[in-house]
Amino acid sequence: MYAQMVKTDTKRVRSLDEMEPQERAFQERIDAGQKIEPKEWMPEDYRKTLIRQISQHAHSEIVGQLPEGNWISRAPTLERKAILLAKVQDEAGHGLYLYCAAETLGISRDQMYEQLHSGKAKYSSIFNYPTLSWADIGAIGWLVDGAAIMNQVPLQRCSYGPYARAMVRICKEESFHQRQGFDIMTVLAKGTPEQKAMAQDALDRWWWPSLMMFGPSDDASVHSAQSMAWKIKQNSNDELRQKFVDQTVPQAKYLGLTVPDPALKWNEEKGGHDFGEPDWNEFFAVIAGEGPCNRERLEARRKAWNDGAWFRDGLTAHAEKQAARRQASRIAAE
Amino acid sequence: MGAPASSPAVSAAVAEFALRMGDNCLILGHRNSEWCGHSPALEEDIALANTALDLIGQTQLWLGLACEAEGKGRTPDNLAFLRDVSGYRNLLLVEQPNGDFGRTLMRQYLFDAWHLPLLKALMGSADRRIAEIAEKASKEVAYHLERSADLVVRLGDGTAESHARMQAALDFLWPYTGEMFLADALDEELAATGLAPEPASLKPAWQEHVGRTLADATLKVPEKSFAQKGGRRGVHSEHLGYILAEMQFLQRAYPGASW
Ligand SMILES: [Fe+2]
Ligand SMILES: [Fe+2]
Repeated sequence: MYAQMVKTDTKRVRSLDEMEPQERAFQERIDAGQKIEPKEWMPEDYRKTLIRQISQHAHSEIVGQLPEGNWISRAPTLERKAILLAKVQDEAGHGLYLYCAAETLGISRDQMYEQLHSGKAKYSSIFNYPTLSWADIGAIGWLVDGAAIMNQVPLQRCSYGPYARAMVRICKEESFHQRQGFDIMTVLAKGTPEQKAMAQDALDRWWWPSLMMFGPSDDASVHSAQSMAWKIKQNSNDELRQKFVDQTVPQAKYLGLTVPDPALKWNEEKGGHDFGEPDWNEFFAVIAGEGPCNRERLEARRKAWNDGAWFRDGLTAHAEKQAARRQASRIAAE
Repeated sequence: MGAPASSPAVSAAVAEFALRMGDNCLILGHRNSEWCGHSPALEEDIALANTALDLIGQTQLWLGLACEAEGKGRTPDNLAFLRDVSGYRNLLLVEQPNGDFGRTLMRQYLFDAWHLPLLKALMGSADRRIAEIAEKASKEVAYHLERSADLVVRLGDGTAESHARMQAALDFLWPYTGEMFLADALDEELAATGLAPEPASLKPAWQEHVGRTLADATLKVPEKSFAQKGGRRGVHSEHLGYILAEMQFLQRAYPGASW
């Protein structure tokens, strides 16, 4: 997902009876479905875990501008260009909401950038794959935004107020993202033989990385159990992946495209699809920085930041000059 | 609709004028969109994408009018993606490479300060279609100008480095501003028939705005006044060919496909 494998500092999820009164009251409020707000007491581990999760999510949104931004200047029609621009602009906006949500937990945006640029903070594995054809823009909207929606819809109910509210705004835009991607795929799949081949090739390359977005099975993970107890995670990775496959397979069929998984078949008994296992070695390699585009993506973000230092410094200096001038004219007036 | 449809000569003039307007928007929108994900701050990524989006929307309107007035059954996408360099009518200013973020902002400002008074004048065009597009676009462009002027002032009057970068951007771009006010036979015809203002008539408003903004920005107006020109005749700088090679790639590589 946009936040994958978020670690807590937990060794074991404790029961209410094992908690100090303050923490117990906190957990009881969460259990009762109440929202936690920035100024309220919270366990240090809850705060730290949320910072990790929200900042990872924010970084994913802004790094995610790059693979799609790659095709704005080559979009095939004026309308597609406008739609893609609007979509990439939305993603930057999502980054902004999420950085603001994380800032309520006592970390600054500059600190989060620092963690991203140094490689300490992660972002979603999916954005380390290249966009090689126009069909990749369709596949990203359809599959990647589609997978993001699976995860983000339940996060609208998460226990931390600012994060939940950011998700409400973001989810409104994500369904447009998914639709525009599916629309690109529909036109290609019904187009010339070359366009259809382009669409199939994109599905072949994006299918498995999309399934990996949900992260490896976490049924045995103490971190996931703790995050679920805190209601900052609602479903297991496998649950969400299953839901995604069940939603997406009929869409691929409608498009006349083949999902590149020989193990894929409908299982009447469970009322869902059986499907193959993604290559988790590849996933861990991408997470560790060895994906096809990790270096380009990070390099691009670092360059944007470093090249822009004079711009940010200029604005700060001007604001200080203006404040000093106002101060001077106030003194002169007295 | 207004008179132009009944008079082919006026139609050809309107078509050519709409191309000039649309091409400026398209090429500047393209340049701005190159910053997506690479700008100095997240807020700038958003603002630049927003400006680019407005300009692409305006492109669709102007090129739509060009197709209608031309009457050859072409679409705005045909015009955008299937014309070569010599068919493009934009100012040389908008096709200049982005350079650093300061040059991008300065280019935007110099253009906005001309674009807005032009659109305001076009709101009184004898062709209702031109007037309507101008009215819609002027609301967006008023905001572009407010933003670009504000940033020019803040960066000009910022640090020594930001000042030096903005001055260098201004000096580099200045020779491309003269073209905005030059008139050719078509401009004279448009002015005579009340379709568009005389280009020179926009100069006082532009000079006034630019003079005031640069003074606030503590920047010096360049003394040299030679003008690089040719965009309206389809004689461009070397840069436009690369923009089109990139922009038109899919339409050229897969002729006749729908997207
Ligand atoms: Fe997003
Ligand atoms: Fe999205």
